[in-house]
Amino acid sequence: MDHQIFETRTLVRIALIAALIAALGFVPPIYLPLAAGVPITAQSLGVMLAGLLLGSRAGAAATGLFVFVVLLGAPLLSGGRGGLGVLASPTAGFLIGYVAGGYVTGLLAERLAARNLPALATALIAAIAGGILTVYAFGLPGLAMMANISLAKAFIGTSVFLPGDLIKAVGAAVLATTVLRSWSVAAPHRP
Amino acid sequence: MIAGYLSGRSVLHRLPAGVKLIALAMLSVLIVPLDSPVLLAMVLAAVLIVFSSFGRPGLRRLAQWRSLLPLLVIIFALQVWAASVEVALASVLRIAVMVLLADLVTLSTRMQDMMDALALPMRPLKRFGLDPERLALAVALVLRFVPVLLDTWRGREEAWRARSPRRPGLPLIGAFFSGALAMSDQVAEALDARGFGAPRRSRPARKPRI
Repeated sequence: MDHQIFETRTLVRIALIAALIAALGFVPPIYLPLAAGVPITAQSLGVMLAGLLLGSRAGAAATGLFVFVVLLGAPLLSGGRGGLGVLASPTAGFLIGYVAGGYVTGLLAERLAARNLPALATALIAAIAGGILTVYAFGLPGLAMMANISLAKAFIGTSVFLPGDLIKAVGAAVLATTVLRSWSVAAPHRP
Repeated sequence: MIAGYLSGRSVLHRLPAGVKLIALAMLSVLIVPLDSPVLLAMVLAAVLIVFSSFGRPGLRRLAQWRSLLPLLVIIFALQVWAASVEVALASVLRIAVMVLLADLVTLSTRMQDMMDALALPMRPLKRFGLDPERLALAVALVLRFVPVLLDTWRGREEAWRARSPRRPGLPLIGAFFSGALAMSDQVAEALDARGFGAPRRSRPARKPRI
């Protein structure tokens, strides 16, 4: 028995999206006055896109592959960070949340697609639930544990990122629906 | 283009990756319970000395972790508010020590060696379809795709700017994605054509030519 979970084409697409998440780390951060000058990096946008474009399993594989390459030592996290050090940093939980977030985004996108909702609404709900809620569900406890602070304080500390995250969710939803429209003809992306 | 590895010939570089990973795990077990800022500061000083022993590249490497500083400041402030200055100092120092220690392993280990070292603990995952050979290919593809994607985007953006005063918008991004997807499917076809996707068993055994 040969158990390969992904056919070659899916595997290469997973690598492509993982590389896209990495490439988004090179996009210069935007400083929004409304978010108290906290830089908004495009990287988590890639996590939402992974789930929306590839679906649950391949989406999680793409975000997981990205995290794995970062841990191997490639400085691909925004700000040029990488290596095992990121596992010890206070944001390690968010990195694990990326993997789960890719999965949840994809899963919701698949499930909601069957319900005849408008594509954009589906994508937006999936991106918020997967790319924000799920990522924070892992990231906040991680931050609280690593920094030895309460969950509430961890939330207060990171809430400045929320407006930016919402903007990214809208961006990911618009992008994914645009891209999927042209993809779906050439390539059924869900096995 | 991408390297977390700093070439060198130090003792750290010569140690096998597996040994370094185990040592890192053991050191973290020792360091995490420490809560004296003085002791942690001494450990941090020792780690910094190791970094500086790599000379200028080592210091440049340290500077890469600058982006962690704002976060450490926030954590420090929260801790002072919630506990005391001493606790705050200890947590910030602990994080810095752990991050930099782990980075010492990364900077002294080639990515390939790290993958080989990880292949052993990951072997049980093969049952779930995680084949080390395919994983290695996927990692190589990611590292290759990153500069390709950045170049492609730059090319498309320049072409857009040469023709339009407006900022590049959704059409450009859509075209970029379709192009990237087409490229990835071509890569997959090329891999399959070389027998990569074929199930292991049915692949004919290679006979040496005489």
